[in-house]
Amino acid sequence: MKIAVCVKQVPDSWAEKKMSGGLLDRAGVDAVLNDLDEYAVEEALRLVEKHSPTGEAGEGSGHTVTIISMGPDRATEAIRKALSMGADDAILISDAALAGSDALATSLVLAQIIEREKFDLVLCGTESTDARMSVVPAMLAERLNYAQLTFAGSLDVDPASSTIKVGRSTDSGIENMEAVLPAVVSVIEKINEPRYPSFKGIMASKKKSIATLTLSEIGVDAAVVGIGSAWSKVNDAQERAARAAGIKVIDEGNGGKAFADFLAEKRMI
Amino acid sequence: MSKIFILADHAHGKMAHSVGELATFAARAGDVTALVLGGDISILSPQLSDFGISEIISLTGIDFEKYSAGVSAQAISQILDEKSPDALLITSTARGKEIAARVAVRTNSGIITDAIDLDATLVATQSIFGGSTTVHSAISHGTPIITLRSNSVEIVSAASTPTITEVNLAQSDFDASRLGDKVVSVTEAAKGGRPELTEASIIVSGGRGTNGDFSPVEALADILGAAVGASRAATDAGWYPHSHQVGQTGKTVSPALYIACGISGAIQHRAGMQTSKVIVAINKDPDAPIFDLADLGIVGDLFAVLPQATAEIQLKKA
Ligand SMILES: Cc1cc2nc3c(=O)[nH]c(=O)nc-3n(C[C@H](O)[C@H](O)[C@H](O)COP(=O)(O)OP(=O)(O)OC[C@H]3O[C@@H](n4cnc5c(N)ncnc54)[C@H](O)[C@@H]3O)c2cc1C
Ligand SMILES: Nc1ncnc2c1ncn2[C@@H]1O[C@H](COP(=O)(O)O)[C@@H](O)[C@H]1O
Repeated sequence: MKIAVCVKQVPDSWAEKKMSGGLLDRAGVDAVLNDLDEYAVEEALRLVEKHSPTGEAGEGSGHTVTIISMGPDRATEAIRKALSMGADDAILISDAALAGSDALATSLVLAQIIEREKFDLVLCGTESTDARMSVVPAMLAERLNYAQLTFAGSLDVDPASSTIKVGRSTDSGIENMEAVLPAVVSVIEKINEPRYPSFKGIMASKKKSIATLTLSEIGVDAAVVGIGSAWSKVNDAQERAARAAGIKVIDEGNGGKAFADFLAEKRMI
Repeated sequence: MSKIFILADHAHGKMAHSVGELATFAARAGDVTALVLGGDISILSPQLSDFGISEIISLTGIDFEKYSAGVSAQAISQILDEKSPDALLITSTARGKEIAARVAVRTNSGIITDAIDLDATLVATQSIFGGSTTVHSAISHGTPIITLRSNSVEIVSAASTPTITEVNLAQSDFDASRLGDKVVSVTEAAKGGRPELTEASIIVSGGRGTNGDFSPVEALADILGAAVGASRAATDAGWYPHSHQVGQTGKTVSPALYIACGISGAIQHRAGMQTSKVIVAINKDPDAPIFDLADLGIVGDLFAVLPQATAEIQLKKA
């Protein structure tokens, strides 16, 4: 099985985020691996371990895990983390023309690489913590004509028959779905507990290859991506005043009453 | 006049509350057509007569819910190609956003997700970075596809008698690859008769502080007619189903009133609730971060505060 895991480098979710020129100001904040993508990396490794004759991922397992990311050159830091967890290699698509790309452009670029490398299974997180759109996996399935299995809370693949089963977590409950590979799967954070990179893993990751490719190298026209061709435009962005701190009451036997009075005063009951 | 299409969600023979909200937004910008995927239109269409909708397009012949978003997206894209509306509005549910995403790719259109407002010129308002920044944006290419969060607008009612156009589809109308991801079985989460989390105007949520006993949370919810939410600590422990989780990896809600009980206020929880209009927190730790965004914070034991509040509200209501 050839597995791809799509990961994004995002501003640290603890950092304060600001807009600059209609875009998220990325220069001023620490960047990390989108934490929801760690679950996708972990799930890919577990799948390989399960189907590997040695019980381990990597060489000799008969399967590969490739990290794919679109982002600036410094996204290699986030990619390194995924490699140190145990993925085999990585492809980073980095090009000045990509700055300000929207989800449509991101999915176009990612699909181009996935198509070229013919992955059987593409794993994603459910959302990037900066864009928070949750649309890239569905867009990938549309572009690639792959089965779409999103919000998976459990995942099982039978490599012999190329069938995949997931338990999807939906608004109304659990939906069990089946499909034949190739497929795009996004995983929710309940699916596993991502491993910490071991010292050995960190050392090994330094020798792993990250192929950095430009748009022309993957055959995407720079004119169709980037902020200039984004089909949604930000007219303006305003910072809202921070929420004013409210009233704090210490319960000394009357807390519930104070609460009910507050609701009555706000005309909420 | 502009022609605005809305995707009218329904389940078990009932139109979703959010359909009225979508129609309200759509009517600001033009003439409203509702797309209804599947279902029994003779039962559904009478529920669409109060929102100024002038046409209903009912797509039948295939069980849309049995497949991922690809089948719905292809059917909708076909209608957009034929009718060339000026925009398509969809409710921001997980599935709604996936349909929107795939229609955008398929019809070469721009997409905006999670808008909280929309004006007559189709400029959308989004609240990002956990509500700290408000952005106005517009789509410049293709058929603008905009998903709107439920609970963002007061429904404007306007009686109408929509015409009904039926479009009957067959499996053979769809690419084989789209029919490949099939739902084989569904385990519905128990609803308990309470309102839907994303549609409720009041939500009472419980966290690890409940220690697994949600009864005081539910009692307060019931007297307020509220939905019950949960933190991840509570859903991880199996105290409440994942479909009730509020937060980054759960639902994003924006009710008129959000009551957090025994929830510390981790950034991932806040991401799903901090745009609520009024926030009340009950927590025994005076330094819990949830107090930073609470309009009313009560430092105390939820097992004492909630029952007292419930009884007091009952008295006030009587
Ligand atoms: C990738 C990722 C995604 C996540 N997504 C989400 C998400 O979508 N939603 C979410 O909620 N979390 C999410 N989390 C988890 C989040 O970081 C917190 O761990 C979680 O929100 C904590 O839940 P809690 O507040 O119930 O528990 P705790 O943080 O343990 O807080 C419990 C609180 O209850 C108080 N308490 C205890 N007993 C009482 C009592 N008797 N009366 C009153 N107060 C009491 C305590 O003082 C404490 O403040 C995510 C984490 C990660 C890493
Ligand atoms: N620039 C990117 N590079 C690689 N993967 C991405 C990128 N953006 C989004 N993804 C993947 O798509 C998922 C959903 O992201 P989003 O639709 O942006 O919320 C993420 O969890 C990633 O797995």
